[in-house]
Amino acid sequence: MNLDNLTHTSGEWLRGSGPESDIVISTRIRLARNMASFPFCNRASSFQKGEIETVLREQISKLDVEPRLAYINLPALNNLDRQVLVERQLISRELAAAEGPRGVALAPQETVSLMINEEDHLRLQVMRSGFALDEAWRQIDRVDDQLEQRVSYAFSDDFGYLTACPTNVGTGMRASVMLHLPALEHTKQIEKVFRALQKINLAVRGLYGEGSRASGHFYQISNQVTLGKSEQTLLNEIHGVIPQIITYERQARQSWLRDNRQGLQDKISRAQGTLCSATMMTSEETMELLSYVRLGINLSLIEDLTLLTVNELFIQTQPAHLQKLMGVSLDGEERNAARARYLRTRLRENGAHRN
Amino acid sequence: VKCQLCTSPATVHLTNIENNKKREIHLCQRCAEAQQLVKKQELNLPAILHTLIGQHVGPWTDELARLTCPACGIRYMEFRAAGRLGCPHDYNVFRAGLEPLLDRIHRTCRHVGKRPKRTVSLEKQAELVELRQRLQEAIKTEAYEEAAQLRDLLRQKEATDESG
Repeated sequence: MNLDNLTHTSGEWLRGSGPESDIVISTRIRLARNMASFPFCNRASSFQKGEIETVLREQISKLDVEPRLAYINLPALNNLDRQVLVERQLISRELAAAEGPRGVALAPQETVSLMINEEDHLRLQVMRSGFALDEAWRQIDRVDDQLEQRVSYAFSDDFGYLTACPTNVGTGMRASVMLHLPALEHTKQIEKVFRALQKINLAVRGLYGEGSRASGHFYQISNQVTLGKSEQTLLNEIHGVIPQIITYERQARQSWLRDNRQGLQDKISRAQGTLCSATMMTSEETMELLSYVRLGINLSLIEDLTLLTVNELFIQTQPAHLQKLMGVSLDGEERNAARARYLRTRLRENGAHRN
Repeated sequence: VKCQLCTSPATVHLTNIENNKKREIHLCQRCAEAQQLVKKQELNLPAILHTLIGQHVGPWTDELARLTCPACGIRYMEFRAAGRLGCPHDYNVFRAGLEPLLDRIHRTCRHVGKRPKRTVSLEKQAELVELRQRLQEAIKTEAYEEAAQLRDLLRQKEATDESG
């Protein structure tokens, strides 16, 4: 797999299609699994991690999945390339930063990623554009079924799939749905939504997961609990609340339009104008402005730009992607200048430039 | 106590000792962050987990503190400090400490849901991990003859597991 080619596209999670894709960016499910006969990664020697990698890599290569998964040996990648994979959500920040033998098997369309020697020996991840929990579950369950026939998983009747951290034990499953909620944030109703979600044991996180901030008005909603409920029950719980949040966001958008159309139009036009003409742009400001442009496209307040372009820009203006696209390593200030230049070029190419 | 820089309630209390003179500082979270005296508050899962572990295993601590997993060698106190277990067998060895914790995190401590079609008994899992650790030790001390024997034994045990 050629990482340089990846940076030119948006990847699966920002493809901008799939059910409810005006609000639901993507759906992701991951399963944590460990081999029965090895210590967990934090306790395994480099030699043992090498053995774990060899066994899992071989079994993964025998999986009956089309097209074939490509294996990437992470220690062989430089820091920038590892960061590109993190920005595309193909590997976790933990795996990028870990030490010793480790890697990831990826599907070319970026829907499947199997991480070896993360916190657990194996982290399976399936990603879908839009709201597609069932489809994502069917695929990850199938891959897991195939692997469990070849690898003895660490499992106990009482505690389920055994994981290095007790917060993941049981199903080992974390299902998450990423939502774009600019209107709920604008009307400050978002806090209320979050409090309600926390009461039913759902967690809300920012764009890049644990501890990350909600930039670009993106929020991930996922199950907090992994033990004591079946996979299907956990999925149903998420499945039950997402349509409601979608409805709230749509209502908030409509009342924003109704109550203050000119103010909203102005906010969106200013965002687009700034993106088209600024000469220095931080990643944070870019996310915020692109978010308003995305909202403008969804509300048909912007007509000369496509969702796909905006989605691509969300990822391509991230620090590592930007440096890959420019072909040079850039420090903070240089990056801000390059980011602004890149945005101007791309948005004008796409007809966003108004005279 | 009110913040010394604004009037909000002070939640950060620091004691500064300079030239043998003690000075107490009381600030609210926001001013303390602005002064870069404390880090911006982030959701720190390991820290939260650590607190949870501390709160919920109180009565067992003495007994638990002495426990060490025979398979991977991790001590219960090491788990408490880092929040990560060392091997599958720890769920058995530290059971008394883990169940209250799991109850707190998940509100239950029994698995419901998918089960692998092939399972290995917990005793067998522990035995295999222990053999692996002994193999590792043998390689480290360059006891190659013992390492070869252990490797054969592991292969044999894993093979019987395949058929069973």
